[in-house]
Amino acid sequence: MSGPIHWTALIVFFVFLIGVTGIGYVASYGKATKVKSLNDWGLGGRQFGILFTLVLVGGDFYTAYTVIAVPALVYSVGAYGFFALPFTVIVYPFFYAVMPRLWTVCKRQDYMTAADFVHGRFGSLWLASAVALTSLIAMIPYIALQLIGMKVVIENLGLGQGNLSLFIAFLLLAVYTYHSGLKAPAMLSFGKAIMIFIVIITAVIWIPYKLGGFGFIFSAANDSFAAKGGNTGLTLHPAQMLPYASMALGSALAGFMYPHALTGVLSSSGSETIKWNAILLPAFTILLGLIALLGYMAIAAGIQVDNSSDIVPALFLRMFPDWFVGFSFAAIVVGALVPAAIMAIGTATVFTRNIWKALFHPDISPATESKLAKRASVVVLFASLCFVIFLPTQYAIDLQLIGGIWILQIFPVVVFGLYRNRMHASAFLAGWLVGMALGTALTIATGLKPVIALHFLGGTYTIFIGMITLVLNMAIGFGGSFLLNLMGRKPADDGALSGLDAETV
Amino acid sequence: MKWSRILLLIPFIALLWVPFYNFKEPSFFGFPFFYWYQFLWVPLTSLIIYMVHRRAR
Repeated sequence: MSGPIHWTALIVFFVFLIGVTGIGYVASYGKATKVKSLNDWGLGGRQFGILFTLVLVGGDFYTAYTVIAVPALVYSVGAYGFFALPFTVIVYPFFYAVMPRLWTVCKRQDYMTAADFVHGRFGSLWLASAVALTSLIAMIPYIALQLIGMKVVIENLGLGQGNLSLFIAFLLLAVYTYHSGLKAPAMLSFGKAIMIFIVIITAVIWIPYKLGGFGFIFSAANDSFAAKGGNTGLTLHPAQMLPYASMALGSALAGFMYPHALTGVLSSSGSETIKWNAILLPAFTILLGLIALLGYMAIAAGIQVDNSSDIVPALFLRMFPDWFVGFSFAAIVVGALVPAAIMAIGTATVFTRNIWKALFHPDISPATESKLAKRASVVVLFASLCFVIFLPTQYAIDLQLIGGIWILQIFPVVVFGLYRNRMHASAFLAGWLVGMALGTALTIATGLKPVIALHFLGGTYTIFIGMITLVLNMAIGFGGSFLLNLMGRKPADDGALSGLDAETV
Repeated sequence: MKWSRILLLIPFIALLWVPFYNFKEPSFFGFPFFYWYQFLWVPLTSLIIYMVHRRAR
């Protein structure tokens, strides 16, 4: 969609976009001179305190694409689109229990990625490569979605197809990440947090005030779903409850397996920082829930669009004065730059360490390693840009969906690998392979839907495909390990877990 | 392992057992139950994690 150019909005948009990214760049530039190793570039030297980690993980885990996609889903189907809320609540007890332990092991052994950990822990290059490959293919479409989020906003400002603007955004991102690494998006994420909180709090006060209150908004949405019929509504249909719960659980388990989310965790200064973030990060979940409600506000405001991605921009254009539209669109674009940059850094780190170095050039120096990762980040961003420009948007959305199922397949080795010693790499590699293949096949078989109906015990159960393949993956991994242990084979152990239980992690 | 960590399972039960909250009434401040219940679990979860953290130290 491309309407008329909104001049006031456009000027405010550029002033804030340039201002905030400029401040972030200048603030990180001075610190960039210290970038000597990949640890500095990719993890900011593992020194971010509670506040930095909070805005960094908050800015990176709650991506800008969420701001576009979650309200769009809520607008189209209602309650079901809300699964993002339980997902981003239950992820934190898990985060609290597991991530401090992962951080401690990774810090001690100087691991920077999930694949580093798996390589050291299981002593298997094959299994580590499987984890690295999964991380890479799950990440690229996710980065592409951030660029799509920016594109939607730019088009709604009346700037046409937005490909030129996307190219500029790409250049900005590439320069940003290349030079200062993680410190640049860390600085920028302060701007993101402040801007997004201002926009959403204003929206959830101002829009209901203009429309006649939340009671009216919910009843308008209810009427609209009653007229629409099908699997829509303010509450879930009985058949939607299991998909809702399994999507929430599966997404929560998958969430922190992604490289960008792990980068946020591993860059923090210690396990105490991470624990405090488990307590504080739910503040962003409140924000996400409020963002989801924008979908109902759009229904109540009578917004009609050809493409549901345009819901939020269209709602803002209708309800806000032009200058605030400019500010809020700038917030969404800054909101996309942060995760896109961290994703590019995380992906580049995985590629450099776990593919390039581990498989082909084992003896490169730390200096070469960081130089390669910097270049890889530009390549990753360029690949994502091509993805957006040359392929239909739907491809990125579909691949990101399958990506969520793929990334869940590294959960057993990354998480259980932190606790259990008697796990065999070969058994878990087989589990991973089956999980990946079956996950992909089932998703394609259902016509690219994340859930599948299973018929057993006389009933029909519709479940998130990722959960089914995760269970199978674990059954093969643990079952195989059990048999191998019975046969007297000893699993590899790097001693990474020794002494851990004595610590409070 | 501290036994207080078991408390971390509460949000999973409260939010993943959808029949607990899949209705519209009672509504609060215009929000159907389905929505405010789930919103309520955000600060409750923070609080639970905080309590577990306090006990662990």
